Amino acid sequence: MVWILLVAILAAVAWLISSYNSLISLRNLAINGWKQIDVQLKRRHDLIPNLVETVKGAMKFEQNTLTQVIEARNKAIAAQGVAEKAAQENVLTGALRQLFALVENYPDLKSNQNVGKLQEELVSTENRIGFARQFYNDIATKFNTALQVFPANMIAGMFGFKVAELFEITDSAERATPKVDLNIK
Amino acid sequence: MNIYEQALSNRRATWVISSVFVGLFLFIGFGFDYMYGAGFSVPVFTIAALFLGIVSAYSSYEYGDRFILSSTHAQPLDLDDPAQKQWQNVVEEMSIAAGIPLPRIFIIEDQDPNAFATGKDPQHSSLVVTKGLLQSLDRDELQAVAAHEMSHIRNFDIRVMLMLSVLVGAMALISDWARRGIFRGSRRSGSRRQGQGNAALLLLVVWLVTIILAPLLSQLLAMCVSRKREYLADASGAELTRHPLALARALEKIDSRSEPTRSINQGTAHLCIADPKGRSLSAKQGWVADLLATHPPINRRIEALKQMAYVA
Repeated sequence: MVWILLVAILAAVAWLISSYNSLISLRNLAINGWKQIDVQLKRRHDLIPNLVETVKGAMKFEQNTLTQVIEARNKAIAAQGVAEKAAQENVLTGALRQLFALVENYPDLKSNQNVGKLQEELVSTENRIGFARQFYNDIATKFNTALQVFPANMIAGMFGFKVAELFEITDSAERATPKVDLNIK
Repeated sequence: MNIYEQALSNRRATWVISSVFVGLFLFIGFGFDYMYGAGFSVPVFTIAALFLGIVSAYSSYEYGDRFILSSTHAQPLDLDDPAQKQWQNVVEEMSIAAGIPLPRIFIIEDQDPNAFATGKDPQHSSLVVTKGLLQSLDRDELQAVAAHEMSHIRNFDIRVMLMLSVLVGAMALISDWARRGIFRGSRRSGSRRQGQGNAALLLLVVWLVTIILAPLLSQLLAMCVSRKREYLADASGAELTRHPLALARALEKIDSRSEPTRSINQGTAHLCIADPKGRSLSAKQGWVADLLATHPPINRRIEALKQMAYVA
């Protein structure tokens, strides 16, 4: 009888440890996915001064737009807190889009190799940000599922795991307007 | 079956393939001992075959990708060329989407559009593309192709295919040697082994048949293994880009360029996104064509992708 009890307790402890550890590793994956997004946002911030420098000469009459891009970039870098950051990054995305729409009006810019290169880099960066968000969402969903299914949800309560929030599209015109609070840190 | 189950079953498949291969080597060696090994106190041929089998299985696992890369004359990318820089970017994007390290990226000077991935695991993988592919596809389509290859990498298809392609080659080689050995030495052994009963004769026949059929069987196995994997890589590639129609368009374009990919030989055919032999075979249907193809008919793959996008 004692043996049965002992085995049952051991099994329970083993289950507890393995569930806890798998939750931790999933959470770390999610945090890492989150950091990946930051890496790509940083990449975008670094590219913008180059872009503005390259198009400045030919786009004298679009000074307004260029200033907007620079301002949006600086605000995005300075932004504190996840929600504000997300909002500022969106403003920056909009400003960049406008700039590229204007570039179409300048044939010599359009055919300029450097502009083409920078444009490709920025397109790629936008994609990377998007894919990094997608990857984060996938991982965070997996983490949430592992957290919420029975009986793991009991451990989650015991150790204070919180559900990871996902990026959501609030404006259908935007590909991914983030409304994020990463409560999992 | 999702990508994680596929990865698990691929790791198992690698062991199964290696064991079958080493077993076949053993069997061939055993036959040699039976016919010619009477003068030795130990079964030399069996031991040699076992040794050879294990060494070639291990080295194909460890170095097979380098062998394949050099046999296709794959070169590193030239990042000053905008098209190649774009491809580098596209691959980086997809490695972020798939959550795996960036593979090493190579290019082949070939006008026919094709691509393949190889390596032993996602940490040691290479992605190869022909110049023709970069020239004929737009950015979305390139992305779809990269995603397809990324799925092969992520679920360890590349490991299975790597083992298969090197083993198929080794099998062809050893069976060739064995056949020469048999015909050269057949008269001697015939007189020595006369009248040893039906069982021995049967064994000899099985052995001969194995040697003759081994290359063919291993080729068929490689084809079958690769066909099954294409649909899954298409589907999970579309899951990464969330854009199945781009891959469908890419496949249509690849299919419409009917010339064969000359730089990719038969041994590496099953690695590619589309059959490098060209259009003739991918259009054929029926079980014989199915059995002899490394890829499912391209129009069926396109059909499946269109269904994912609700347009079929």
